[in-house]
Amino acid sequence: MHRLSGLLLIVGITLGAAAAEAHPHVWIAAKSEVVYAPDGTITGVRHAWTFDEMFTTYALQGLASKTKGVYTREELAPLAQTNVESLKEFNFFTFAKADGKKEKFVEPVDYFLEYRDSELTLHFMLPLKTPFKAKQTALEVFDPSYFIDFKFDDKDPIKLNGAPAACKMQFQRPNDGTANAQRLNEQNFMNGDNSNYGAMFANKIMVDCP
Amino acid sequence: MTAAAFAAVIVFDASLHALMAQNPFGGPRPAAEPQVGGIIGWILAKQSEFYREMSGTIRAAKSDGSAVWTLLGISFAYGIFHAAGPGHGKAVISSYLVANEETARRGIVLSFASALLQALVAVALVAVLAWLLSSTAKTMCSAEKAIEIASYALIAAFGARLVWTKGGGFMRALQAKPAPAMAAAHHHHDHGHHHHDHAHAHDHVHDEHCGHSHGPTPDQLAGPGGWQRGLGAIFAVGMRPCSGAILVLVFSLAQGLFWAGIAATFVMGLGTAITVATIAVVAVSAKGLARRLSAGSEGGGTLIMRGIEFGAAGLVLLFGLGLLFGYLAAERATCL
Repeated sequence: MHRLSGLLLIVGITLGAAAAEAHPHVWIAAKSEVVYAPDGTITGVRHAWTFDEMFTTYALQGLASKTKGVYTREELAPLAQTNVESLKEFNFFTFAKADGKKEKFVEPVDYFLEYRDSELTLHFMLPLKTPFKAKQTALEVFDPSYFIDFKFDDKDPIKLNGAPAACKMQFQRPNDGTANAQRLNEQNFMNGDNSNYGAMFANKIMVDCP
Repeated sequence: MTAAAFAAVIVFDASLHALMAQNPFGGPRPAAEPQVGGIIGWILAKQSEFYREMSGTIRAAKSDGSAVWTLLGISFAYGIFHAAGPGHGKAVISSYLVANEETARRGIVLSFASALLQALVAVALVAVLAWLLSSTAKTMCSAEKAIEIASYALIAAFGARLVWTKGGGFMRALQAKPAPAMAAAHHHHDHGHHHHDHAHAHDHVHDEHCGHSHGPTPDQLAGPGGWQRGLGAIFAVGMRPCSGAILVLVFSLAQGLFWAGIAATFVMGLGTAITVATIAVVAVSAKGLARRLSAGSEGGGTLIMRGIEFGAAGLVLLFGLGLLFGYLAAERATCL
């Protein structure tokens, strides 16, 4: 019997030391818009993501600019394209549900980068594969691996662009729910289920249209 | 005996957490949170905090040389906290130490060597790609990814080799199980050499390291395949540079303070090594405890120890495969 205990001892200690290493290395200050068509269907989400200074430097390395320290939109165009292409692999860190049903996004349009005060801002419109009308729309923005930390703007984090007057929006920051933070316990790591633990740092947007 | 083992698990677990929860700056611990969740969350918050302070400090160092010391202090703290958070490095090193008949001293050496290698790889990567070749972020990140996949494959291969060798020992121990009755007579005297006698009497049951090793002898450290084996562990763990270090290096290069970034990277590695070494020592001690606990049962003790080693070898393999095939998604470089 104690042979089992001995094994448990070792396995427990090793596993306790194992699992995800993730903590954010990139910080994004986000502002987003939920975009509506005139008839009240949601067509997509428009993001403006500002990267922190350290990542901005990393992203800009090896990029030529006419004037030192100044990058025009044209000079940044290839990088913007790389960005949106790479984001596809991560589902654009944007997850939508219409009345509980998952919705998909297609390739971004109207994308460009802007460089100001040593920070890059990536602007892009993320169109829905199928625009929808829903009683309840849930939108989450986060990195499941928590390599990137998304923090929405303090003043106006989310805007509804052209939503029917009756629609009401609720925005929940990851830090608001202390319950969320407490779910980040060793249990998650022990389960080996760390692939989605960034969900605890999700920004949640709920739009209710009666 | 079972109760004792379980008690040991609890004691070790508790002390590990107590250890990790110490505030190195002597300040009060934030909002007394005895449960483990608070501790992991706190480690994550702390390392983010230190990391975010780095860019400002590097910029400050351009005009104020003394800020470099601040940078080094932050980097050291970041290294300690970074490694205290869950990560594959210490998991692989600890499992490796448990799988082999390794000493705590050797665990410390392995931890420091792999952290040093990790820092060297980060510096070399940034020096060659960013500084010499002025590569773009895309090229750089592809290189990081390639190194990452290679290092994960190496961990898996390393684990497979451990499983292969340890599996043999485990099978032999299984087959040799009927031995205890014959050995019982010797039990109460000459304890220290007991296992050796036993081994000679029954052939192949124990290898020469079995039983009571109290410290590293030159033989153990430099024995056939000894350092070579260790080298495998060092490369498997140290080959993949830390994303944080690379960002710090690129940033300091852009600020014209590459040397400060290099210094910060090595100090970060020092902090990481201290934490990993601490955990490695805990793992080795845990195995020692398991050995003492299982020593009471004749023959079966060998089986337990071989089983533990086999299990630890399997863990290394699982980590490698998990990392390689993306089940541990959190340890993937994100290229934007």
